[in-house]
Amino acid sequence: MPFVPHTPQDVEEMLEAVNLQSVDDLFEDIPRQFRFENLDLPDGKSEMEVFEYIKRLSNQNATQLTSFLGAGFYDHYIPAAIDPIVTRGEYLTAYTPYQPEVSQGTLQSIYEYQSMICRLTGMEVSNASLYDGGTALYEAIMMSMRVTKRSKILMCSGVNPIYRKMIETYTTNLNIELIETPIKHGQLERDVIGEQLDKSIAAVIMQNPTFFGSVDDYSDVCNMAHEVGALAIMSVYPISLSIIKDPGSMGVDIVTGEGQSLGIPLGFGGPYLGFMATRKKLARKMPGRICGTTVDSKGRKSYVLTLQAREQHIRREKAMSNVCTNVGLMALRSVVYMALVGKQGFVEVGQECFNRAEFAKEKLNAIPGVQVKESAPTFNELTVELPVPAKNIMPDMIEKGYAAGWPLDRYYPEMKNYILMAFTEKHTQEQISGMCNALEEVLCRF
Amino acid sequence: MSVLIFEKSQPGRRGITFSNSSDQYKTRIDKRFLREEPPALPEVSELDVIRHYTSLSQKNFSIDTNFYPLGSCTMKYNPRLNEKVASLEGFANLHPLMAQLQYGGQLTQGALRLIHEIEQYLCEICGMKAFTMQPMAGAHGELTGLLLIRAYHEDKGNQKTKILIPDAAHGTNPASAAIAGYDCITIPTGENGCMDMEAYEAALGPDVAGVMLTCPNTVGLFNPNIDKVTELAHKHDALVYYDGANMNAIMGRARPGDLGFDVIHINLHKTFSTPHGGGGPGGGPVGVSEKLIPYLPISQVEKRKDGTFTLNYDCPKSIGYLSAFYGNFMVNLRAYTFMLRLGGNGMKRASDMAVLNANYVRAKLADKYNLMYPRICMHEVVFDASKQAENGVHALDIAKALLDKGLHAPTMYFPLVIKEALMIEPTESESKQTIDEFIEAMRELADIAETDPDWFKETPRTTRVSRVDEVAAAKNMDLAY
Repeated sequence: MPFVPHTPQDVEEMLEAVNLQSVDDLFEDIPRQFRFENLDLPDGKSEMEVFEYIKRLSNQNATQLTSFLGAGFYDHYIPAAIDPIVTRGEYLTAYTPYQPEVSQGTLQSIYEYQSMICRLTGMEVSNASLYDGGTALYEAIMMSMRVTKRSKILMCSGVNPIYRKMIETYTTNLNIELIETPIKHGQLERDVIGEQLDKSIAAVIMQNPTFFGSVDDYSDVCNMAHEVGALAIMSVYPISLSIIKDPGSMGVDIVTGEGQSLGIPLGFGGPYLGFMATRKKLARKMPGRICGTTVDSKGRKSYVLTLQAREQHIRREKAMSNVCTNVGLMALRSVVYMALVGKQGFVEVGQECFNRAEFAKEKLNAIPGVQVKESAPTFNELTVELPVPAKNIMPDMIEKGYAAGWPLDRYYPEMKNYILMAFTEKHTQEQISGMCNALEEVLCRF
Repeated sequence: MSVLIFEKSQPGRRGITFSNSSDQYKTRIDKRFLREEPPALPEVSELDVIRHYTSLSQKNFSIDTNFYPLGSCTMKYNPRLNEKVASLEGFANLHPLMAQLQYGGQLTQGALRLIHEIEQYLCEICGMKAFTMQPMAGAHGELTGLLLIRAYHEDKGNQKTKILIPDAAHGTNPASAAIAGYDCITIPTGENGCMDMEAYEAALGPDVAGVMLTCPNTVGLFNPNIDKVTELAHKHDALVYYDGANMNAIMGRARPGDLGFDVIHINLHKTFSTPHGGGGPGGGPVGVSEKLIPYLPISQVEKRKDGTFTLNYDCPKSIGYLSAFYGNFMVNLRAYTFMLRLGGNGMKRASDMAVLNANYVRAKLADKYNLMYPRICMHEVVFDASKQAENGVHALDIAKALLDKGLHAPTMYFPLVIKEALMIEPTESESKQTIDEFIEAMRELADIAETDPDWFKETPRTTRVSRVDEVAAAKNMDLAY
């Protein structure tokens, strides 16, 4: 049987050592009426059979389409050198580095990850990662409540609706009031937020670029929040931080985001990488694992998980969060990605995303009846208005080989005619032109 | 001490390059929206990166390189087929929103079928009626389960405020209960190593929403009264939560659903061999009994009459969205691959041998280390190094000395009810010969603890660093370069 090395003789000798007649005797503590005979599942299969079966399932997914889906999750190029590193058994099959003497590799990579996240976001400290972008934003909200001892949150409507749904689930049973702050023409309505902000607000939650793709400079909003003692929290798209203004220089207090775009495959929704960074003065209020430097008994520089007194295995029900893990291997993927792409390559990736989207704008606006919402600058994602409900064009577009984007009516029923399209360095001009031509043809049929 | 990747940086050096990058459009965006300086990422070559991270990896212990008897963590072998299937493009490159485009999932039938099939497998293994694959880790599963319990009571109009948790439970249990808005009541461990039944009965009442149990418990024992525990809870309309951290002990031997549990989470990275990855990602699917099905998270995969699969978003009583899409799909994929390899017969065999291995260790070390509960254990055995502690050799010292022998430390000081706890879980992956070497090492250390206790103070001696100053780390707060 696979993955169990015991020979009949081993079993015999071991049973003798434990003074039992049979393996069944090991399970005497299970009440008799609940002892189970056999699982109603097929017997085990060979490696070859299982591989062929799983491969067949994988072929039933439409990955051959040219896709412009984004909405917070993007198809970026993954450099070839990432997989050979992260599939090394020493990383892949290690546990959480609770024994620092035999985990310096994992620990140093976490320290480097934290450093890179700080450099991206303009923050001073980062944790070792959280499940994903949505849970990271939820944890930031909880953190702001611990810091300010307030319980009202202003949530800008530019924040990803998927995250907002998740946050609603998590906060249902807690004493939190979520108040929406609208955006208009892609920009946060300063007048409205000015009226909403008072000394009962724990934090203002922003997203840059917004879910709809628009870019803003939120420096003034951060100031407004600070004036009433509230924190400024921003969810960001890490690739955009190559060229778009970093939250640190806007005055943001806590930055979170989805790190999937940093070398992690789309993988039908996960695992992904939630990152969180903040100012040094708030470090002790931050949830999640954190790695720091220290020295060993011989005075050598070493790495170790630190500030653990905040966590659930010590604090139990008084812990800051129930999160017990980070996503170590995903954080490692991102750190190898950022090192491989490097300072210059990172800017190139960002620029190419921006360029593709600008090229697409021209092409899309040239199609009769199609208009890119263009009241605010964008990075790589566009909200596009069509003359017909976006849902209606999808079958024909798929027929032509394009997943043209995400119709926005799932979360915004009033935006039936709108579609969200994302562009990355992987798209060629030919693909973008091809999609636009297909769209024009399809629209002619309506 | 390795140099940091930042310290290897040379201005102008490149790793990956991109063709024909230009800033032709940049004038279209106002400067005030742009970053003044690009982020200071390292400037290194591809070889620099490969060498740096390869060299770092060599400073780790791992299952692939060392015996890893870390109790409660189930460090079993992670088959490489799991990684091979995870690199299939049909999964790796699949955008999660592809399932939500027109045609109700027609573009992702393979992925949806896989989710459906793994849910069916887990239902059979655990004796539950339905599963959700959304939770992204064990603790995330706990929170999901508690939100389900809460939704159930609120729907029924029950006024309940408390969750009962044994003192031996994982720390995440009370932390999760607190986030679900419950007060936690701790139940002590009785003399037999299981939850004290008298204290339990006394704590039960109409205000109790649920009980969270680990079974086998964290002392490695199967509570012979487990059916009475669930029965008593149900009398008060309290639901019983099964922390599946220790599921590796009982596959094919007993099913939580049959024992009366209402909600359960499974740690895919333990029982079902998905890699721990130096701390995640995990997978924490949650199974429920009939009465909790209406509250399961959105979305749910459903099988249509014609045999195709679709996503259901119309779940009016649902607790809502736990993850952005369908949980850690690629972790679920790996776990399912493992399940298919093992099959029903292989799972039973895996649990049998995991339990045999633990009992073998128990029998072979019982004369050298104290056993708080000297009876048959399940997949892990917990010793108490109190005998050694009398000589000044603590659980920590024994753990560190093992590192010098190339053996990973057992879990220490957990569960909290055993003062000098050394929790050993060999898993079914390990052969008798490997376990004999471990036993030999443990016996030798027990002898040294008698004759030369001071010898332990300098351990570990052969690792890349020796014991580190954790207090200094918290004081320095050097958290980024």
